[in-house]
Amino acid sequence: MFKIIHAQFLAPGIKRFVIDAPRIARKQKPGQFVILRVYEEGERIPVTIENSHPDGTISIVVQSAGKTTQLLNSLNTGDEILDVVGPLGKPSEIGKVGTVVVIGGGVGTAMAYPSAAAFKRAGNRVISIVGARTRELVILEPEMRAVSDALMITTDDGSYADKGFVTDKLRQLIENGTRIDLVLAVGPIVMMKAVAAVTRKENIRTVVSLNTIMIDGTGMCGGCRVLIDGKSEFACVDGPEFDAHKVNFEVLVQRNSMYRDAEQRSLSEYQRAIAAKSAPPADSESLEECEMAQGGKK
Amino acid sequence: MSPAASKSFNLLSPKERIKVPRQLMPEQPADERNKNFSEVNLGYSPELARQEALRCLECAKPLCTTNCPVGVKIKEFVELIVAGDFLGAAAKIREDNVLPAVTGRVCPQEDHCEGKCLLSKKVKPLGIGYLERFVADYEQRMGTHVLPNVPPTGKKIAVVGSGPSGLTVAGDLIQKGHKVRVFEALHELGGVLVYGIPEFRLPKQIIREQLDYMREMGVEFETDVVVGRTVTIDELMQEEGFDAVYVGTGAGLPQFMGIPGEHLNGVYSANEFLTRINLMKAYKFPTYDEPMLDLHGRDIAVIGGGNTALDAIRSALRLGARKAYVIYRRSDAEMPARAEEVHHARQEGIDFHMLTAPVEFVSDGKGWLTAARCVRMELGEPDPSGRRRPMPVKGSEFDLPLSVAIMAIGTTANPIVQSTTPGLGTDKRGYIQADPNSQRTTRKGVFAGGDIVTGAATVILAMGAGRRAAASIHDYLTTGQW
Repeated sequence: MFKIIHAQFLAPGIKRFVIDAPRIARKQKPGQFVILRVYEEGERIPVTIENSHPDGTISIVVQSAGKTTQLLNSLNTGDEILDVVGPLGKPSEIGKVGTVVVIGGGVGTAMAYPSAAAFKRAGNRVISIVGARTRELVILEPEMRAVSDALMITTDDGSYADKGFVTDKLRQLIENGTRIDLVLAVGPIVMMKAVAAVTRKENIRTVVSLNTIMIDGTGMCGGCRVLIDGKSEFACVDGPEFDAHKVNFEVLVQRNSMYRDAEQRSLSEYQRAIAAKSAPPADSESLEECEMAQGGKK
Repeated sequence: MSPAASKSFNLLSPKERIKVPRQLMPEQPADERNKNFSEVNLGYSPELARQEALRCLECAKPLCTTNCPVGVKIKEFVELIVAGDFLGAAAKIREDNVLPAVTGRVCPQEDHCEGKCLLSKKVKPLGIGYLERFVADYEQRMGTHVLPNVPPTGKKIAVVGSGPSGLTVAGDLIQKGHKVRVFEALHELGGVLVYGIPEFRLPKQIIREQLDYMREMGVEFETDVVVGRTVTIDELMQEEGFDAVYVGTGAGLPQFMGIPGEHLNGVYSANEFLTRINLMKAYKFPTYDEPMLDLHGRDIAVIGGGNTALDAIRSALRLGARKAYVIYRRSDAEMPARAEEVHHARQEGIDFHMLTAPVEFVSDGKGWLTAARCVRMELGEPDPSGRRRPMPVKGSEFDLPLSVAIMAIGTTANPIVQSTTPGLGTDKRGYIQADPNSQRTTRKGVFAGGDIVTGAATVILAMGAGRRAAASIHDYLTTGQW
């Protein structure tokens, strides 16, 4: 059992958890992830670690999407998560390369943040671009600003900062003649694919962090295989970061959709159960009838 | 009440013993069990066990024991069954084997003890596996484990991985008075016994019982620890005070063939397919959250001829597959799977395509598998494994319509421990180098065994390595000599 020391929404549907996990906290490096299982019947899901802290805690940022992430985001300070294992995957390669553009899309910003901080500490010039759908989904702005030489923000709908996509800002930088030695992009697959398309033309080294289907996360099951330069590699032990120009994004999208029907079913059944639980209680008589009809307590 | 070696409880003459037929293992009917996950074999009754035990010829030099990777004293335990002392028989097995209920079920006896049984020269060999299983289950039902009573040595050993070899090391060393702590990467203990071997061949309850027994003996377990990532071997030894470490991390990443279409949706590795079912209980979706493709009415094939392949395809059949195929590039004779499993699989209706190999997986144009393009093979000259090399027959291509294909063609070394332990030597395939007798690695105080040293093998071979390692760890800890 892993205790949640602190839980707080950063934006609608996006929650940060600080979890007591001393072994993981001690070893975590930027770019690594944990696998967690919320409860006994739960699935194992990979979640990138945002940060670790000297008091033996780690923080993760979770966006509600399917059943497991919704369930996770219903947990609060003091609750426990059944299993948290990590830190998994290869850490980001952090070196002094010159100018690094760190791009975070949506909740991906939380995963890009520790790498941005590490690149800054390593003596690089860090230009960060944060993109979100809309104003309230822009997260970690002050944190990113603190570790960046420059910070640009875009929203799809223009409700905050500049309207547009992160790739617009990236293209601007390139057009302005900014020398870019490395791009790190973490976010939705479509965003990472678009970033890769921009930098490929310019021959700028680009790294993306891939979120795949995963079960054990330790190099046993092979569920996380991705097609890199035409060869199968495994996101859990060979990644999660890969050369963006070698990633076959079509196969990634296709494989990630493998269980869409089951995921939908899980989610709708979960939401129905929640709705039933929070519905205003029926009067006691009908409740009894209901129990009897189900062969319940009586 | 161990009988004197010279005086047997068995009053039958050798000729009479040969005339006793091998007692059949009661089993679930094939057309029922292929729809459920309950165990196929139901186990001997005490009467059947005693009857079978009477067949033992009590050889002066029993080759069964010589050929047992962990050296179970088979003649002696069988004699105790004849005498009706089932608990004594269980204790006798436990002197050499900490997991008798497991090996009695999954060990390929035909390659070891039963393969060398003298009876097999004339009739069927003694049912040693069935007898082992019987006494282990009997002991469990009686609930009378004998706990070792040994003075503590003050030494601490870390075991990395809770699969068959790690558990063997833990069981052997705890009985020598050492402190043992087992680290497991997954949330559940048991390694391949839990994520790999299905319920119908090895009920998970059996493993839980064996683990409970080990806990009673004092073995400590910690789950959710990936040694190499969560904590390194150096940290275990230098900071957490472990005097020795045993690495038994098991099979690594699944291999693929490198043929077109292997990334299609519907193509699984056997490890993933079995892990979803066994560890994550995906077959109970949506009660359990881990999903898997709905297999009802689908045509499914496994590629490969080992135990893992059969476990996967027999699971698929139980999950509603309409047609379930084994595609194997060699012939029956070369199939590495346990004989009983092949027999059971055929009874259950698995369709074997021997001398056949896929050359491509065909897509529906939307990223989903629709067929395996296969080619027929013929056997040529022997290859380095000593088996005749399969060669494709020109012009023999055909398409086998499929919704799901499961790749069970072997695994490669998991790199995590090796890449995070400086000075730990590996071979050219990336497996950990360990002395075949002492299981010592190139790092002082670090031992290794099982699949992470040999590549994919069997439960009993991993346990054999565990036994040798435990003996040499004990030696090292008591003498201090490396």
